[in-house]
Amino acid sequence: MQLDLTPDQKTFQATARKALEKEVPLTRIREMVEAGEPFDRDWWAAGAELGWTAMLVPEELGGGTVSGEGLRDLAIIAEEFGRGVVPGPLIPVNVVLAGLVEVVPDQPHHAETVEALLAGEAVATWAAYEPGEEWAPLAPRTVAKPSAEGFLIDGTKDRVEVARSADLLLVLASAPEGTSQFLVPASAPGVTITPTPGIDLTRDLAEVRFDRVEVPASAMVGPAGDVAALVERQLQVALALQLADTCGALGSAFDLSVQWAFDRYSFGRPLASYQALKHRWADQKTWLEASLATTEAAVRAVGARTDDAAELVSVAKSYVGDRAVEVIQDTVQLFGGIGVTYEHDAHFYLRRATANRYLYGTPTEHRQRLARQLAG
Amino acid sequence: MTETIEDVESFRLRARAWLAENMPRIDPEAAAAEGEDDDADWLRNRELQKKLYAGGFAGICYPKEYGGLGLTGEHQAAFTEEADGYEMPLRLNTPTFSICAPVILDLGTEEQKQKYIRGAISGEIVLVQFLSEPKGGSDLAGVITRAERDGDTWVLNGQKIWSTSAYAGDYALCLARTDWDAPKHRGLTMFIVPIHHEGVTLRRIRMVAGASDFCEEFFDDVVLPADSVVGQVNDGWTVASRQLVYERTAMGGASPYTSGRRLRTPDKNRRTPAELAADLGRADDPVVQDLVGRWRTYDRVQHHLSRRVVQGIAAGTHPGPAASIMRLFHAEASWVERDVAVAIAGSQIVGVGGEQQRPLQMQASEFLMRQGASLGGGSTEMARNLISERVLGMPREYAADRDVPFNEVRQGR
Repeated sequence: MQLDLTPDQKTFQATARKALEKEVPLTRIREMVEAGEPFDRDWWAAGAELGWTAMLVPEELGGGTVSGEGLRDLAIIAEEFGRGVVPGPLIPVNVVLAGLVEVVPDQPHHAETVEALLAGEAVATWAAYEPGEEWAPLAPRTVAKPSAEGFLIDGTKDRVEVARSADLLLVLASAPEGTSQFLVPASAPGVTITPTPGIDLTRDLAEVRFDRVEVPASAMVGPAGDVAALVERQLQVALALQLADTCGALGSAFDLSVQWAFDRYSFGRPLASYQALKHRWADQKTWLEASLATTEAAVRAVGARTDDAAELVSVAKSYVGDRAVEVIQDTVQLFGGIGVTYEHDAHFYLRRATANRYLYGTPTEHRQRLARQLAG
Repeated sequence: MTETIEDVESFRLRARAWLAENMPRIDPEAAAAEGEDDDADWLRNRELQKKLYAGGFAGICYPKEYGGLGLTGEHQAAFTEEADGYEMPLRLNTPTFSICAPVILDLGTEEQKQKYIRGAISGEIVLVQFLSEPKGGSDLAGVITRAERDGDTWVLNGQKIWSTSAYAGDYALCLARTDWDAPKHRGLTMFIVPIHHEGVTLRRIRMVAGASDFCEEFFDDVVLPADSVVGQVNDGWTVASRQLVYERTAMGGASPYTSGRRLRTPDKNRRTPAELAADLGRADDPVVQDLVGRWRTYDRVQHHLSRRVVQGIAAGTHPGPAASIMRLFHAEASWVERDVAVAIAGSQIVGVGGEQQRPLQMQASEFLMRQGASLGGGSTEMARNLISERVLGMPREYAADRDVPFNEVRQGR
């Protein structure tokens, strides 16, 4: 996706690709899906050693980047995850880290959690959706009532990624001061995690119920009742990584499809020789390049926290969210009947891109957000 | 013998002082020249060019021996930055300075360079292109305008179309067939044709939404001297190909030979889709917000895509023909803008009075010209051929006229 990688970034990319191809090739992912197995925690800890959790964490908290631009470095890994439709907590853990490092200056006790996540010893995820609702993290029905020790949390979240493997859940709840964010141990009494089958077989989703779950006051992440800016930051990081992941899956599907164009013969000539089909691949190539371009711009802007970061993530989500799925569906059409079989790999890319299309705000919601930004 | 050239910063400061002293500031109240009545504007452009020439700031990247300054693209870029806010002879940039003069510089004779390049830089000559013909735009090498040798002269007959600004030009680079027994690319010759000349009839083309810069020309026994040939006889395709390269470079905004920057044409009736939604009181409608967001998305994606492709071609990660990706996306983004604007306007686009009348008329005109974005500068169908064949490496389309003497190639009507 990013054209001007430094030599260090190229090494970072190659190391990740090699590790993923060795540990979680698509054949292995198919076995995990069949067996209902979640990602392996030791494998994740090894990934943490390769730097997959360090890029958004400042050096004083034990993190560090490859190039000085941590989000761009991390997007390289996210793209590799998408390319290989790799399961795992890459995006959830890094989104939680992005939130925690924002608050550590004011809430230094969270540095301990940062350290555990950084080492790959703990896994965390963001619980921001609620049943029946679209993306509205700041208007939760989940409540946090003050208690003797801190807060009692009641409510239900769904579309929670890797909840089954998570040690910590970052939960948005309505507190007396307003919507606030809490870090809740998944093992706390009253937390019930129910896996929910989803469209993306590589994504472990769950519904999480909180039934009078007691957390100390120190569980609060960010200022009480004033988390809009923090949630926006977490959202932007989530979108930037999700878009890079989609670009990876889209690139894989497109490469497979172009190979097919040359290999598949009908009426004694390759599909690549038919103008009606060539023009489809030309369109796909154009849309792929456009997807990579807008994603790179969004990643840069969010990473550098430029004024247009909020706009550029919405632009990219609006474009890539829809386009990637349309292009992959078109590759399925060009594969013919084999493209809609379980045996073929296309559906893995389609599933991944489709789930990414809708999570963290649909393309339509992001277009409306853009219009509101323009209207001021 | 090397000559030290002035450093860019010193050139910039000198330009800044000279511009302030000599060039007129842009008048924000002045209305843009509309329709066919732009003779005064062309005259003004020639005057401005003469001012630049007299002041020693014309033809910055052209060699000194042909009236230029022999400086670098960085000098030109600095001058262009300094010239923001001043009236500049922008109409002369394309095709005169970005396409025609560079081709003459590359492939013309010494006499042609002295006459046409110096003439253009000094503001005396406007150059244009006679390339496309009515029988086909995409198949440029299939031109059938003919030039026949008659002693020391050539006699030109035929018809050209889509020549931008030809009505205001002095000379045109004209591609004609000179050998009908050769295969199509090998029987062509490029000529320099005086536009105001016996036998040349020129007509401005009226487009669906009104007048335009496009012209068509008819040639009836136009007599051209032997020294009108640019490059070699029957090697006109080499010249035309070079023109196309310069044209794409100019369209991508990367020509070192243009001076001054055209900012968005000021027009008080022009509205972005977001402005239109606000003016019509529809900015809060979620369906309209989806449309406005779609326009903004394509607008920004186009910007980032162009940056990526230009950077990729320069760095070698993308092959040169990847430039067609920008061309193809440009058409799509333009369609989106036109379609979104009309959808926001709803039935009011059909025609209303009052304050919205003129802005909506402008949107309606642009909608009627929607396909122009996927036709002008090479159709999107050709762009798709180029992307699939030259970027993805897919087999070339079958051409019935390849390696066939042109007089045996079947011609339609």
